[in-house]
Amino acid sequence: MDTLSILLTGFISIVIINNLVLTKFLGICPYLGVSSRIDMAFGMGLAVTFVVTLSGTLTWLIDHLILIPIGLEVTRYVCFILVIAGAVQLVEMYVRKFFPSLYESFGIFLPLITTNCAILGLCLFINLWGIDNLLEAVVLSFGAGIGFTMAICIMAGIRENLNIADVPACLKGAPITLITAGLLALAFMGFAGMIR
Amino acid sequence: MTETSDIKPKIYQQTFLAGLWRENPVFRLLLGMCPTLAVTAALKPALTMGLCVIFVLVCSNIVVSLMRNLLKPHLRILMFTLTISTFVTIADLFLKAYVPKMSEALGPYVPLIIVNCIIICRAEACASKNNLAVSIIDALGMGLGFTFTLCVLGAIRELLSTGKIFEIQMMPGAFVPWAALSMPVGAFLTLGLLLGLVNQITKTRS
Repeated sequence: MDTLSILLTGFISIVIINNLVLTKFLGICPYLGVSSRIDMAFGMGLAVTFVVTLSGTLTWLIDHLILIPIGLEVTRYVCFILVIAGAVQLVEMYVRKFFPSLYESFGIFLPLITTNCAILGLCLFINLWGIDNLLEAVVLSFGAGIGFTMAICIMAGIRENLNIADVPACLKGAPITLITAGLLALAFMGFAGMIR
Repeated sequence: MTETSDIKPKIYQQTFLAGLWRENPVFRLLLGMCPTLAVTAALKPALTMGLCVIFVLVCSNIVVSLMRNLLKPHLRILMFTLTISTFVTIADLFLKAYVPKMSEALGPYVPLIIVNCIIICRAEACASKNNLAVSIIDALGMGLGFTFTLCVLGAIRELLSTGKIFEIQMMPGAFVPWAALSMPVGAFLTLGLLLGLVNQITKTRS
């Protein structure tokens, strides 16, 4: 396969087939917390996409150019989390400066992107899958962000309609959201096997 | 002085019990959902994950509690994450050395303990404000509460998806395994229904 088709299959596979939220359970906290309105969900998705692309690329570079040559793989996790914290800080400053209203509505969830498992998870998966090509790492990171945005927007759309649905009292809130996510995961399982 | 020494054992007991049920991290606070869903396809990985979290939680609470007077407000989250990632690295290397099969099965979910909200939450809410003893007991209570939840989920999913618990046959031969429960769908559904059940129990009690 030539490079382009490898990149394309990688992108489709991380967006749909190996969707981080619905098959790998990464990023469940913001998925449950910020998915009550579509506009907020979309903003959150974009912020995560930006951070994950940036940190996925940076951690790949740091891993391959610094840690592996000098044999410091043991400090990998510490380095990864530092890069992610820095990237989130950058996004936070940018959003506060240019989109103050969006910043208000995010509240605590923006700094919490640091502890979004989707981001560290993706950096670890890139490492685990042995991606040894910078371009592929960038495409995978971007695809992971897009996959997260898609999943959280679908969920927000469903939850806006759930508000007017007749849900048993004890299932209101998080439980019904989890069950909905389960049904979504079931739907996404249909894509498995699309790419060998 | 006599008053405080009377109250003290009660505080310890309450902090310990709070983590187990009243402030159970998964059922009540909805923290640390990612490992809860990801490693509970069977009881064994769930138990391993729980023990790792207890280790990291206790160690990081000890360190954070010891350095609580040195923390600068704007740098504290960074300090917490660095402390936690150090201990997670230790736990990860330990698992790789002694139970390589389990380490492979858990995959990236062991390093993902770094971003487990429970640990940062306890460092922020408890260890950075309390003395060493309270922090350790709080960490033990929360860790055990978390492990307990993981084990309940793991046991239910393993029993219904394979008919076994800890790889010992439990269900009669006529039982048809529900394979779906070992897949991502099963994780979401089981946790959703369990949360609903806990809500119902709390409501009928009060």
